[in-house]
Amino acid sequence: MLGLREYLQNFHSCPSVEIVEWKKQEGTVDVSARDLPEILSYCLAMRPRPIWLTHVVNDERQLERGFCLYLVLHFPGLDFSLTLVAKGINNEFPTLSSIFPALNWSEREAQDLFGLQAVGHPDTRSLVLHPGWPQGFYPLRKDYKRGDEGKQFKRAPLVFPEMHGDGIFQVPVGPIHAGIIEPGHFRFYVIGEPVLHLEAQLFYTHKGIEKLVEGRSIDEGLHIIERVCGVCTLSHGLAYCEAVEKLAKVEVPRSVLLWRTILAELERVYNHIGDIGNMCAGVGFAVGNANGSQSKEKLQRLNLEFFGHRFLRGMVVPGGVKSISSSKDCQTLLNRLLEIALDFEEWLPLLLHHDGFRQRAVTTGVLKPEDAVEMGVTGPAARASGIANDWRELHAYLLYPELNVQSMVEEDGDVWSRLMVRVKETRESFRFLETLLNEGMEKSEGTNEALIPFSSHKLSPWQPAWGCVESPRGTDVVWLMVDEEAKIYRCRIRSASYANWPAVPLTVPGNIVPDFPLINKSFELCYSCCDR
Amino acid sequence: MWNLLLRKLKMGNLTEKGGNSLTQQKSSKLPSSFRQSLQARHLDCGSCNGCDWELTALGNSFYDHQHLGIDFVASPRHADVLMCTGPGSTQLLMAAHETYEAMAKPKWVVAVGDCAVDGGVFKGAYASENGIGNVLPVDVKIPGCPPKPEDIINALLEFMGKR
Repeated sequence: MLGLREYLQNFHSCPSVEIVEWKKQEGTVDVSARDLPEILSYCLAMRPRPIWLTHVVNDERQLERGFCLYLVLHFPGLDFSLTLVAKGINNEFPTLSSIFPALNWSEREAQDLFGLQAVGHPDTRSLVLHPGWPQGFYPLRKDYKRGDEGKQFKRAPLVFPEMHGDGIFQVPVGPIHAGIIEPGHFRFYVIGEPVLHLEAQLFYTHKGIEKLVEGRSIDEGLHIIERVCGVCTLSHGLAYCEAVEKLAKVEVPRSVLLWRTILAELERVYNHIGDIGNMCAGVGFAVGNANGSQSKEKLQRLNLEFFGHRFLRGMVVPGGVKSISSSKDCQTLLNRLLEIALDFEEWLPLLLHHDGFRQRAVTTGVLKPEDAVEMGVTGPAARASGIANDWRELHAYLLYPELNVQSMVEEDGDVWSRLMVRVKETRESFRFLETLLNEGMEKSEGTNEALIPFSSHKLSPWQPAWGCVESPRGTDVVWLMVDEEAKIYRCRIRSASYANWPAVPLTVPGNIVPDFPLINKSFELCYSCCDR
Repeated sequence: MWNLLLRKLKMGNLTEKGGNSLTQQKSSKLPSSFRQSLQARHLDCGSCNGCDWELTALGNSFYDHQHLGIDFVASPRHADVLMCTGPGSTQLLMAAHETYEAMAKPKWVVAVGDCAVDGGVFKGAYASENGIGNVLPVDVKIPGCPPKPEDIINALLEFMGKR
């Protein structure tokens, strides 16, 4: 098998493939949409198999490039990211989702929001926009101006597959659920108690954030991007800032990297501990849930005390971090974290040695490794199915190479495995935080105040750039393009939840309906950053 | 088992004092039968999840909303107040209406968080209202992005005339 570059250079010796840029870690290659399926097949056959980072459609008709499609793949062994760009798309492009099902939703989204047709797509239903919007409503096209389409929206029946046979029932659940949960509609097809098939209709919280940020300044954009997801605020903000810094060609100093790493790990710890407790809520195991939420609250109070926000909002800014704590604060923070880590180890055996809980969790909601690969699943969900795809290990960013991060892997792919991945990662994160905060104590002088203000940097216009961060739920990717005035031209948010949601319904058949809340909680996906 | 009990004894009672003034009454618009206990139903109208998690946090040992007479119920039929988070995403509005209609009278609506109050950062998005007040009659507004759990508790206690 040829190397990637040789393959692309010699592609049919055809002029349609042009290597625009090829650096050590990133490459950009122009291809024609027609050739994309063949090139993608070749890439997917390479070992180790590449993962997808994002799939972006952009309306660049004003730049006389037609609609453009950007597909970003990452080749783990080489730590190389390839952006395949197909320009000049008129109103259709050949589908890629029959080769790589992970792109299924992105292509349906392009149909909804741009009015482009993915020819040969196996699922022609709308996805992001529910049935009932006016005809010809393509909000992400540049010539769309906000009108009163929202008022015209009339809810129409959702389209679900039919299923016939003796004793088959449909159980509709949602969009509004009992409890404090986000909205989504689930349609269970059941025979008796076991589930035969599950359809999930999400996007009830779709607000149109990707359109909203267009034309905004970088700082205004950050303010909104941080609010795409409540609990992965920091990861989204950080991914966005990474993209901005790439466009400005700015290297951030080590002290900033250090604090960004600390913040990212703090976010992971409070989420993971909360999620571990929350899984207990999925089986009505109140004591486990109470302990988890207690530790989570303690961690969020630390966030508030030391960083001014319970969800760490506003901490990351382009080119830096908002503040760097003194060495005394580092010491206090570390002591408090270590207390919480000890406490975590005290209550954790209650869960792990609880027979009733184990019986509910083991063999429930199995995600097969091949499904995880095909669907492009990321985060603890993929690692619980034996796929070592922790972005902190795959890609050298922040201070993770020095921490020597290893993907925490479990083999069974069930609820229990997803729990154990989180448990292991929490322990690792506490260990990393100790190392990082010790460094913070020694070097609290090197602040980001010495830097020139970020606004004086010029951002390269019309260039694609992406930032990518391992959030508690998986890899979050923010793709960004700005215009000449450094206003956002297009921003695509591919959150970990967006990548993982399509895989959730695959894990449910064979389980009983009451197991669904547990399976759902074991993935612990966010609806908001999926729906945007 | 003994370890856990010992741990609990060492830890003591975590629940914060202060809001526990069950006898103290100030003026409130609420009918008297609602001033001691309020049953709430959460409704996510397109929030970022932040406010939702702060509402969840009300149930942890530090806040323990139940000891203040506030509880979250599973059905709108059981609820006195509807606690809305998010600016009101268009595709959910019908369902939000139906939830409100399903509640028995008298009923009240609380807008939790900046988005629910006036759209917050999502003001002007194509598939969203500028605050849930455009859709449902809001009685109490709790600003914040997201409001801290103590802010939510305080606002509810004030609404009940307990603070």
